[in-house]
Amino acid sequence: MQQFIDGLIGSATGMERELYYFAGMLAFGALVVFGFILPLAGITSWLERRVWARMQSRIGPNRVGPFGVLQWLADGLKNLLKEDVIPTAVDARLFRLAPYVVVVGFVAAWVAIPFGSSLIIADLNIGILYVTAVTSLVVVGILMAGWSSNNKWSMLGGIRSATQIVSYEIPAALAIFPAVLLSGTLSMQGLIEAQGWQPWSWHMFHSPFTFFAFLLFFTSLLAEGNRTPFDLPEAESELVAGFATEYSGMRSLLFFLAEWGNLYVIGAVVTTTYMGGWQVPHFTDNTVLLNAAQLATFFLKSYFWVFVAMWIRATLPRVRVDQLMSLCWKYMVPLGLVTVLGTAVTMVAAPEGMPTLRYLTFGAVMLVVLQFFRRVVFHLRRARGLGWTMAG
Amino acid sequence: MSVEIEMEDGGGLATEEMTLNMGPQHPSTHGVLRFIVKADGEVMRKATPDIGYLHRSIEKIAEKVGWHGFMPYTDRVDYVAAMACNQGWAMCGEALGGIEVPRRGEYCRVIAAELSRICSHLLAIGATGMDIGAVTPFTHALREREMINDLIEELCGARLTYNYMRIGGVAWDLPPGFRKRVTTYLDHLEPTIHEINDLLSYGKIYAERLGSVAVISPEMAIGYGLVGPNLRASGVKYDLRKDRPYSVYGDFDFDVPVGHGEMGAVGDCWDRYMMRIWEILESAKILRQACEKLPDGPVIAKVPRNFKPPAGDVHVRVEAARGDMSWYCVSDGSEYPYRLHVRTGSFSAMSIIEELSEGLMIADLVALIATFDIVAPEVDR
Repeated sequence: MQQFIDGLIGSATGMERELYYFAGMLAFGALVVFGFILPLAGITSWLERRVWARMQSRIGPNRVGPFGVLQWLADGLKNLLKEDVIPTAVDARLFRLAPYVVVVGFVAAWVAIPFGSSLIIADLNIGILYVTAVTSLVVVGILMAGWSSNNKWSMLGGIRSATQIVSYEIPAALAIFPAVLLSGTLSMQGLIEAQGWQPWSWHMFHSPFTFFAFLLFFTSLLAEGNRTPFDLPEAESELVAGFATEYSGMRSLLFFLAEWGNLYVIGAVVTTTYMGGWQVPHFTDNTVLLNAAQLATFFLKSYFWVFVAMWIRATLPRVRVDQLMSLCWKYMVPLGLVTVLGTAVTMVAAPEGMPTLRYLTFGAVMLVVLQFFRRVVFHLRRARGLGWTMAG
Repeated sequence: MSVEIEMEDGGGLATEEMTLNMGPQHPSTHGVLRFIVKADGEVMRKATPDIGYLHRSIEKIAEKVGWHGFMPYTDRVDYVAAMACNQGWAMCGEALGGIEVPRRGEYCRVIAAELSRICSHLLAIGATGMDIGAVTPFTHALREREMINDLIEELCGARLTYNYMRIGGVAWDLPPGFRKRVTTYLDHLEPTIHEINDLLSYGKIYAERLGSVAVISPEMAIGYGLVGPNLRASGVKYDLRKDRPYSVYGDFDFDVPVGHGEMGAVGDCWDRYMMRIWEILESAKILRQACEKLPDGPVIAKVPRNFKPPAGDVHVRVEAARGDMSWYCVSDGSEYPYRLHVRTGSFSAMSIIEELSEGLMIADLVALIATFDIVAPEVDR
């Protein structure tokens, strides 16, 4: 990025150069945010509604564009045109600010997401730490929204969100450690380069410990992203709409945008740390072609986890606050420590890596997946036997 | 060396009780119902139900519209399972006027009432899942419910407010092929119920959320006058269809399921939820037998258009989807009822909430309301 803009600026010097640099960065930022991040979050929202509808024997949005894929655009335009209601009793300044803080928190995370070997905005050397840090900025916005709304339901939602995100940061961070230990770096590209394109060379199959670390990581990211079964901050049946109760129009939409955008970030981070990221076989020397293949791989993998999160949301009920906390502190944090220690021990025991353990873990996980699909087929067969029509 | 920490209430921090106003417009109060919740953070000190937002003077209307004309209004007492209300009112008129209902009419009533009970319980199951946060079972339950609505639509032309029964019998005979369609539907429903069990009832999170929450002991349940599934969930085997058989319920062989504390204590939220599942299966048994044994003959007795039952009073009880529904009716011998009072299952469930709510979390109150299967219009009438 830096070199790219430097090249554009060319001969300018001094104050002028700084100004050009700033303007260039701003223009590029706007391009990324409006041309890439927001549409991606929007399409994720459409996908969630479609997947959800399919699982509930409904159709879902199918009117705007092919298969309703432009529904998010219509909704966004509608919400932009709506009246911006700010109730009299709210703390207006904080109330206005809160959605922006939430959006900044989630947009900032995209800086360090590697879509390909050269498709990353900034490959920070502390990439994964940076992502965990900025995504928890969302909690500040949510707490702001809850508090400034001057509504008890909003406040409960905000407080729930704060407790939840702050607590689940710990197992999430612990579960990153095994991957970091294995790669020896915190940089996002470094994490991916330490893995190969073959599934068994991914970090998640390194040993049973890393596989559990991966499961822990995904679960605690779901909790951080306020997703079911941990969607307490906006538990509709309990807290009306949680921290967003008093919001309407575009401000309310910004919260949802951040939620869906975050959903993609969850998938992307999981893919990067444990699932080999953009790794593809080196089939060509053409950089553009290679990067395109990497981009496609990365999207496929991350959208797979996005889909799993949607699937979980359509299936599971919600846990209670005390259960949420006891799950975090009594089970996930100790288990996280065990996975870190276990990975360290395997690394000390076999510094060159243990291929047998790797293949065994991979095989065991594949067996579980196979059993899962057998159950799915069994249930599908059983359900088909229940066909019934009014004509019967 | 030991350090003694003085723990005041709230660990030395100044805490304040918060008064929350839950409802009248709240997603999980199942209609227009209000709770004044005194809470210390997420834990409730007390939740006081405030009823009356849906009072529509249905009992008073009875005094002005006459005996036959009141039948459509009974649908609005409990619109989720309106057949039982129809039946209660029809039985009031029959008991006062000394009218004998033809056997086929009684069988039609049983078929209609049990179909509407399944309908209501399916909604209760779906809504409980929804309140706990599982959205998919709700749409699945409603899908099954739609099929019953189709059946009932065939029967009486309406899908929600049925207005099917009349004083002296039922308005229409079963349409041709109806029995076959009911049994085909039951063949489909019973495995579907097991599917809902797999998906929802025995799920780990669901059982943890509902098990051992808001436990009602049998003594407490009887003391507060709980009825129907809510009472039976506490282990009290009391069902009007079995213990005081009305209509032709004596002809059928069915069980009365009671809660047995599979996921915690007897009388917890999970037992109350499961009562609906078990009762659907029992209703299916009754329906199958009723379809098989259906006698021939007329479906309605001769009742004069200008029906004037002799002066007197009558107390009729029917087992509605939400339990024992009592109808007390006084006639002064005129063409209008003199006074009517209805006591419903949801109403008696409201009084126990204040005592139960102490120490529960706000999320548990939602579960409690959902598993009581409260229908707000039935509380106020």
